Amino acid sequence: MQKYLVRRFLLALVTLAAVSLIIFILSRVSGDPRHIYLDDYSTQEDWDRMGVVLGLDKPYYQQYGIFLKGALRGDFGESVREGRPVTEVVIERAPATLLLGAVSFSFSILIGVPLGILSAVKRGSLVDGFGKIVALIGQSAPPFWLGIMLMFFFAVKLGMVPPYGKQDWNSIILPAVTLGWYYAAANMRLVRSAMLDVLDSEYIKLARAKGVNSRTIIMKHAFRNALIPPLTFAGVTIGALVTGSLVVETVFAWPGLGRLAIEALFAFDYPLLQGVVITFTLLYVTAAFIVDVLYAYIDPRIRYA
Amino acid sequence: MAADLSGIVITPPTRRAKAAGVYRKIKRLPILPLFVLGLVVVCGVFAPWIAPHDPESGDLRERNIPPAWSNGETKVKVVVERMTISERTTSVTLSDAREVDPNIQLGNNIEVFVRPAGSTKFLLGTDHLGRDVLSRVIYGARISILVSVVTLVVGGSIGVTMGLMAGWYGGIVDEFLMRLVDIKLAIPLILIALVLVITLGQSLWIIVTVLCLFIWPRFARQVRGEVLQLKNMDYVSLAKVSGASTARILFIHIFPGTINTLIVVATLQVGIVILLESTLSFLGAGVPPPTPAWGSMVADGRDKLAGGVWWISTFPGVAIMLTVMSLNWFGDWLRDTLDPRLRQLE
Repeated sequence: MQKYLVRRFLLALVTLAAVSLIIFILSRVSGDPRHIYLDDYSTQEDWDRMGVVLGLDKPYYQQYGIFLKGALRGDFGESVREGRPVTEVVIERAPATLLLGAVSFSFSILIGVPLGILSAVKRGSLVDGFGKIVALIGQSAPPFWLGIMLMFFFAVKLGMVPPYGKQDWNSIILPAVTLGWYYAAANMRLVRSAMLDVLDSEYIKLARAKGVNSRTIIMKHAFRNALIPPLTFAGVTIGALVTGSLVVETVFAWPGLGRLAIEALFAFDYPLLQGVVITFTLLYVTAAFIVDVLYAYIDPRIRYA
Repeated sequence: MAADLSGIVITPPTRRAKAAGVYRKIKRLPILPLFVLGLVVVCGVFAPWIAPHDPESGDLRERNIPPAWSNGETKVKVVVERMTISERTTSVTLSDAREVDPNIQLGNNIEVFVRPAGSTKFLLGTDHLGRDVLSRVIYGARISILVSVVTLVVGGSIGVTMGLMAGWYGGIVDEFLMRLVDIKLAIPLILIALVLVITLGQSLWIIVTVLCLFIWPRFARQVRGEVLQLKNMDYVSLAKVSGASTARILFIHIFPGTINTLIVVATLQVGIVILLESTLSFLGAGVPPPTPAWGSMVADGRDKLAGGVWWISTFPGVAIMLTVMSLNWFGDWLRDTLDPRLRQLE
């Protein structure tokens, strides 16, 4: 167990290092950052002084070292566009993304799991058919398009919810549904097939033969064992929700990290972009690590491997 | 104890029963997805002959025309001498009104077309630049096909080679390659992809490169698993004993054994590639405009929705959804047919 967790932890560190290196290389490949800070009227002297301030006079490996040292202390420099420390901007935007992610995740579980159980228990019924349609749309419709369609129908046509932005409590509904639908579909499929497998097993047959009522069989005997595949998937889900927020936040003008990343990207605001990418990776890696721990806790086969 | 069969008369199947048999066989084929995929491929390959209009240029006078089946929208407006911006939705100027009805007077009411009716000239309507949406959707299939084929061939080959090596050599090589896979799974790749595309410039080849980075690990993992099983087979040992080179064993003896799995993985991956490509296009990091790509078309229509112009975004999105849906459906079918073991995996 310990060995396993140490390995996962080291992997998380390596991942962070790799991402920081990629991001650093890309920011240098894109050209001298002084072109963004200085205008045509600045002198050669300004140029050189700026170079010293930003550490551009040093060789690349030292520059990366400086970048890493700052990053470890949570210092990514100043955002070009906002003129404030990157960390400040990121912290300001993070809650919106975390909220959206949490609501979407809950939505995907609350819709996906019950629907999965129902369609496995009542295989071939109307519920099963409905579940299939939900899953089919969720796994095939591109989220950005789904979001736009939901927005057009529920916000523009019916006026039930605000079309974009983060104002009232109900403005989160459309973004959360858009973001969560895919994972609801995936959860549903996973729970359904896991339930079908378990329901077919010997010990369920035995329980039935003993006369245990079917409610107990489904909830106690079958469901608990059918939870492992969706749980594994939860790790991927949490990570992917972070990435999915890029698209959904752009569609719904949701003031979170995803939109911030896109804004920074198109404004060539590299310090900000570096900060956001590292933050995303950190969220991603942390989520994956937590799930690894949970998973080892639930499935003894991993603990003792 | 033998059963008594004497009373059973075996009759040859009737024509109807034969037809039912054929029908049952066809029913098992995924007709609908195959039809959709066929349509997409035909559209992509023969776009210049099928598309009714030029996808990249349009007449601004014909912009925002709705699909053929929709009626025009009219509104009664008051004729005024001059109007302020706030009155624009309720009134119309005298000079404009005279063009419709020369006898109109100030203060009269007049029925005006807010939106023209759809025409059969543009079956799915036109976009904000007067370009035919149908033609753009048809041409959009080209980009999707091109990108997925190239990505699949290049990314798939890389993944397969990596997987073969990892499975065959084991040890450090395996460890290194699989950690690479883990890292890939742990970074927000779409963000990195966006940074890459914006930094290095928008072009088809950069997008393909980025997408290859996305898909190779899936192939590598799958092939590695297969190799681990196959490499202990007797026929592989036999090849080794008879002096076959490692490359020969890997590509001639082991690789063919993985093909069934690969076909399934590839089909399911194409759907993912199409979704990713359209997402990049939507975010403005796809194939540069004016080349029609489904994702960027959805983005084009986004801010027109509030004005009720829904068709620009809707149709390309439907195209993406139907294509991906068909690929998933077809992939599931292939999996069940070629390799039932895989059913456990997803």
